[in-house]
Amino acid sequence: MIVGAIGLMYGFIAAPETVEDVKEMMASHGEHGEEHAGEETEKVNVEQLPGGNNAEMHSESSATADHGAEAGHGEEASHDDEHYEHILHQLQNKPWAALYVAAFFFFMISLGVLAFYAIQYAAQAGWSPVLFRVMEAITAYLLPGGIIVFVLLVLSGLHMNHLFVWMDPEVVAHDEIIQNKTAYLNVPFFLIRAAIYLGGWIFFRHLLRKNSIKMDDATDNRIFKKNFKLSAGFLVFFIVTESMMSWDWIMSLDPHWFSTLFGWFVFASLFVSGITTIAIISIYLKSRGYLEFVNDSHIHDLAKFMFGISIFWTYLWFSQFMLIWYSNIPEEVVYFIQRMEDYQLPFFGMLITNFLFPVLLLMNSDYKRVNWFVIMTGIVILCGHYLNVYVMVMPATVGESWFIGIPEISAMLLFGGLFTFVVFNSLTKAPLLVKGNPFIKESKHYHY
Amino acid sequence: MASKVLHAIYRDDDLLLQAVKQIREARYHIGEIYCPFPVHGLDKAMGLAPTRLAITSFMYGLVGLCVAVAMMNFIMIEDWPQDIGGKPSFSFIQNMPAFVPIMFELTVFFAAHLMVITFYMRSRLWPFKKAENPDVRTTDDVFLMEVDAANHNIDDLTDFLYKTGASEIKLIE
Repeated sequence: MIVGAIGLMYGFIAAPETVEDVKEMMASHGEHGEEHAGEETEKVNVEQLPGGNNAEMHSESSATADHGAEAGHGEEASHDDEHYEHILHQLQNKPWAALYVAAFFFFMISLGVLAFYAIQYAAQAGWSPVLFRVMEAITAYLLPGGIIVFVLLVLSGLHMNHLFVWMDPEVVAHDEIIQNKTAYLNVPFFLIRAAIYLGGWIFFRHLLRKNSIKMDDATDNRIFKKNFKLSAGFLVFFIVTESMMSWDWIMSLDPHWFSTLFGWFVFASLFVSGITTIAIISIYLKSRGYLEFVNDSHIHDLAKFMFGISIFWTYLWFSQFMLIWYSNIPEEVVYFIQRMEDYQLPFFGMLITNFLFPVLLLMNSDYKRVNWFVIMTGIVILCGHYLNVYVMVMPATVGESWFIGIPEISAMLLFGGLFTFVVFNSLTKAPLLVKGNPFIKESKHYHY
Repeated sequence: MASKVLHAIYRDDDLLLQAVKQIREARYHIGEIYCPFPVHGLDKAMGLAPTRLAITSFMYGLVGLCVAVAMMNFIMIEDWPQDIGGKPSFSFIQNMPAFVPIMFELTVFFAAHLMVITFYMRSRLWPFKKAENPDVRTTDDVFLMEVDAANHNIDDLTDFLYKTGASEIKLIE
């Protein structure tokens, strides 16, 4: 956030300078952080809050991850006990999983925003064009975020970590269920698929953004129509690939388990996080005086979406849970038993943060216009959806030895910092108000 | 009650909205407006108090939720304990997920129906009631505004209303 704020301040004065400045800052703090982490080699999972800013956390978390693996190998020799080894493997996975959760979380925000953005175009929405630049800026994280997620997947594929149990040939050899799935679940095909999803999304995002900037100088609606068609195409591509992405990247962590509405479930989560982020960033920019054309009605509409999609998420969460829970088929229900026994607090806690809290706070029409109310609810929703991803990923990778410690928090701060930096940096690249969009006048005068 | 009212007829909702603002600025009192369809922003322009229907709806929802909880608890747990989903725990809280659809439905059912009934009662509507509509055309394409004329010069008021865009004006004694 600090980095992002500095990037923003500087950015409005001189964009190129900022990038250098912030990079230098990151680099200098990075060195400092590495030294710091080097002293704590042995303490893989110390519960100690590192102070300082994002950049420091950054190197620390990666250092922690490496050391986690090293320390793990060192200890492996001394413990023959299988149980300990089991926990050890889980702990080795922990920093990786923490990194993966955080990386995916911020990636999914930007993906959700892209979907929302495309829907605005495809629906020819009249209220939202004043927010387009904010949305575009958030989707700028799609490229770095996508690359990071892809790199993590490749590292899993290279057996640098054991996030995906089906990638381990030994496990597969003794597991008939996974053997039957190898036609789909194998490393090369998995990575090719990931590349297709990511490439497709980034490609569409690139075109949409380029057209949107070109539209600023446009005299007719030709480019708008082009973007309309592109968005419609993207949405078709997106809903198929998003669904497969959720199977690949998250559901396959538990390769025995499957849920037919999992794609929707992940979609609801990424969609509501994305909309919440749009609302938070818009309100922040507005409070700084950059978005004076955004009025309370726009915030009201975003809050309505936050409210609605939160309920949608809960609906899917519950549909998934209840059907599996009461059909009581062993290999399916085990997924929830693990979550209820080992992850009771986050598993049920997220119902409060993701459902009760937004529903009660955003129910009143007037509250949706109170900016700090929306921000507060938004922060709770984002935390709740982080927990959601956490509970989707962690049980399969870490099992019962979970807690939210340094790796989790620092990974969050790392990607949070990178996310804010990329987003605010991208905000500085173009005027904050789109021009040439046929709906811009309607949007400026939008009044609920 | 005001004995004299003017019925001013407008043919366009934007015109009506403009007229409402002008009439209120000129300190005339608008009794009621009959529209063929809801006009966006009319309640604010007329200065009506915001509706409290939403609050009643929320409370009805809570009532519905409580009824559902009490009902399911009595039927499925106390009166005739059921083994639900092969999990014979006989406790309400552990079987609660199975009751969520019922709880949800009854919440919606109570909120919706009681809200409609409340609305009917507040607006004094019931089946087979004779319409209070002063002019049948307001159910088709015409907006009718009742302006209180008791303490005003009728001619001045009529002129003023024509200026705001009224297409016909009738004096009702």
